[in-house]
Amino acid sequence: MLQSGILDPRGPIAAAQRELLINSTEIMLVVVIPVILMTLGFAWWFRSSNVRAVRDDEVAYEGRIDFVVWAIPALVVILLGGVTWIGTHQLDPRAPIISDRKPLRVDIVSLDWKWLFIYPDQGIAAVNQLVIPAGTPISFRLTSATVMNSFLVQQLGSQIYTMPGMTTHLNLMADEPGEFPGISSNFSGNGFAWMHFIVKATTAADFENWIGQARGSGSALDAVSYAELAKPSQGVPPMTYRAVDPKLFERIVDQTVQGPDKQSASGAWCRPIMRAGG
Amino acid sequence: MLGKLSWAAIPFDQPLPLYAMGVVGLVIFAVLVLITIRGWWPYLWGEWLTSVDHKRIGVMYVILALVMLLRGFSDGIMMRSQQAVAVGGAQGYLPPDHYDQIFSSHGTIMIFFVAMPFLIGLMNFIVPLQLGARDVAFPVLNSVSFWLSATGALLINASLVIGSFARTGWTAYPPLSELNFSPDVGVDYYLWLLQISGVGTLFAGINMVTTILKMRAPGMTYFRMPVFCWSALTASILIVVAFPVLTATFVMLLLDRYLGMHFFTNEAGGNLMMYVNLFWAWGHPEVYILILPAFGIFSEVIATYSGKPLFSYRSMVFALLSICVLSFMVWLHHFFTMGASADVNAFFGIMSMIIGVPTGVKVFNWLFTIYRGRLVFSTPVLYSLGFMVTFVIGGLTGVLLAVPPIDFVLHNTVFLIAHFHNVIIGGVLFGMLAGYNYWFPKAFGFTLHEGWGKASFWCWFIGFYLAFGPLYVLGMGGMARRLQHIDDVSWWPLLIVAELGAIVILIALVCMAAQLYVSIRTRNSRRVSGDPWNGRTLEWATSSPPPPYNFAVLPRVTTIDAFWEMKRRGVSSVEPTYETIETPRNTPVGFIVAFFAVLAGFSLIWHIWWLAIVSLLAILATAMVFGWSENREREISPTEVARMERARLELARPA
Repeated sequence: MLQSGILDPRGPIAAAQRELLINSTEIMLVVVIPVILMTLGFAWWFRSSNVRAVRDDEVAYEGRIDFVVWAIPALVVILLGGVTWIGTHQLDPRAPIISDRKPLRVDIVSLDWKWLFIYPDQGIAAVNQLVIPAGTPISFRLTSATVMNSFLVQQLGSQIYTMPGMTTHLNLMADEPGEFPGISSNFSGNGFAWMHFIVKATTAADFENWIGQARGSGSALDAVSYAELAKPSQGVPPMTYRAVDPKLFERIVDQTVQGPDKQSASGAWCRPIMRAGG
Repeated sequence: MLGKLSWAAIPFDQPLPLYAMGVVGLVIFAVLVLITIRGWWPYLWGEWLTSVDHKRIGVMYVILALVMLLRGFSDGIMMRSQQAVAVGGAQGYLPPDHYDQIFSSHGTIMIFFVAMPFLIGLMNFIVPLQLGARDVAFPVLNSVSFWLSATGALLINASLVIGSFARTGWTAYPPLSELNFSPDVGVDYYLWLLQISGVGTLFAGINMVTTILKMRAPGMTYFRMPVFCWSALTASILIVVAFPVLTATFVMLLLDRYLGMHFFTNEAGGNLMMYVNLFWAWGHPEVYILILPAFGIFSEVIATYSGKPLFSYRSMVFALLSICVLSFMVWLHHFFTMGASADVNAFFGIMSMIIGVPTGVKVFNWLFTIYRGRLVFSTPVLYSLGFMVTFVIGGLTGVLLAVPPIDFVLHNTVFLIAHFHNVIIGGVLFGMLAGYNYWFPKAFGFTLHEGWGKASFWCWFIGFYLAFGPLYVLGMGGMARRLQHIDDVSWWPLLIVAELGAIVILIALVCMAAQLYVSIRTRNSRRVSGDPWNGRTLEWATSSPPPPYNFAVLPRVTTIDAFWEMKRRGVSSVEPTYETIETPRNTPVGFIVAFFAVLAGFSLIWHIWWLAIVSLLAILATAMVFGWSENREREISPTEVARMERARLELARPA
């Protein structure tokens, strides 16, 4: 029924998370299913009209039952707690993915209401499309030039908040070439519903081709074009910049770059939102 | 003169809210006309609006909750309908500007003006009766609390037509809720109305804690208190500890918005995560403020209708107390995705799971209360069984979200929405509705219609699964919450199913209205004595409805389930010797304070400074005049008590 999602993982992080999701569910179902059956069974058997049921109207305590009753949930939690401790450390978003390939660095900036992907080592940038080589770990740094958002590509795994003035870190990888939907999961204003983008995992050769194409077309992302891009807009079609100010990400984090000018940002909140102009 | 207020504040260009308010306005006008024609004003004013009787205040709280449930549900079904039609190329009927207000007000209303007044109302009504007390510790403060809650409810409805409500979600995270990004009055409405109703909630919590600690009947030690009183005590302690955190957080955001400070702004060293931490330092205890009284109600209902004492009373009490303490140690699980270290995330994940232990214990103890009992399948029992089945599923998905790596892929998707509706509808709401059906005859002297009640339960139960089951699946498919438009067409069928669920819940509400109507129409054939369900606790020891002083002679308590023990030993039929009873006089102070609180809130929202100062001074003056007034109590002489008691017994006899 669904075309994507965590049950159809396309990278090692998402695959581990799917497994954790299924295992944890199974561990709990061992208790939850009997409890549901006991609830229905007890209620039905001990209905007041059942003449065959044994009654005991006085019993209010039974030490052995009390012990079992505390022990069962405690055991489940001890088991799951162990799973959680290990899983949380293994799947820490900061933890680098072990691979013999050198990670690709991508810096992500959430804007009103689109995503900017900067490739610092390649010196290019893209809007609303994230092209990555499959099989290569990607090391993201993330921030926001506006309100808080959250970067989520469920088929690749973990999300992380993008927060103004702060940097978060995330490591993901795609196993095979393919296209995966990405979204912002944290509400960020009127254009929020359009803050989705496409992740395109390609072969290493196709990735190099794409970089070459990007370098050869479009405009450069400097202070002027960044200020233009940062203005609120939604439904921006994917596009690329042939060059990018190498310190742009740091300056966005430090808030020393001209962001969306206050008047137009707040004005756009009340007026009908303009379509992307470019 | 009028601050920011002008004709532009009325959304003439948006017909939907205007029509809605037009209808509401007509209904209110019709009710007012009816009251005037029938000459009910003196009764309404003298007996209800100015009442300081905890029972009347409790009833008014519940009425407020039920009315606001209609408003909150309207928001909910509008959201579901928007998501059912705005798929792919279609844009739906709600532009983002309006849709964003709707999901923000839905959350705010359901938490603060449905769940809170419902549970505070039930606590208000039942706790003093179960304790064998004549009233709460501070009856007039109780009235002030209620009217301050009503003030908040009035202001949130005013935001529909005068200005707008917040477009930030019910959590109002900065910097989106800061002036740069939300320059209009929406967030100011949100902040001020919650500040005002928050004061009321804090007073209610203080009142309840004091009542339980100081007003118990002779012989009622802590470990003889009914479990509902324990749940009320733990929830009220949480209110007293947690609500000031919310108030302080909102003060900081208000300072940002009104005085240009930078607690949570993007610039000048502000940090939004401080707000998020503080908000959830209140927010997670709040979750348990909501659910603990529901646990108490299920305990009472299951024990009563099984004809058995609650299994393992002490375990139940310790479970409540440990949840009370643990609820302060899990707040970070609301934002695992902020990038904290693995140690921090794992700690809070495991702490969150540990809360599942006492909760699981409670479920098992309810099971063993049913075991070898004589379960009567009444409406409250159906809600309790529906709760046990539904809540363990909500607990399961909750523990899944408490595992940080799983949360990383499901946080802020509709999976999270499905989870908390699973525990809030299947837990809190089912609890409140069980309590409503269970205690209604105590409040009014006649029972609610069982057939309509059961129909309503089944619609709630089925409607919940239809509406929120699909959201679990969609959340695992990557659908974010709060989407005004759905891009992925493959989600459409499930969104239609969810819409059907919302319609089934609408039928549940219709059934509830029909139940109330039919029950009132046939009340003469539904009259009951003090104890219609063969109850175990002291609220059933007095008549239904109870006299203003609850108990002519304070009961002496020797065991848990005090009334059961009295019935077992046989109640003496000799008329006791009565003493003089002091009851507080009704006073309009709560109503007057609320009147000025509405003005104060409204003028602060719209920057009408002179009016804000005048109304705040008026509130102070009202409190001082009341503080220095004499003659606040009324004495009922022993002969008067005897006369009232005989009249009540006379009335109860034919039933």
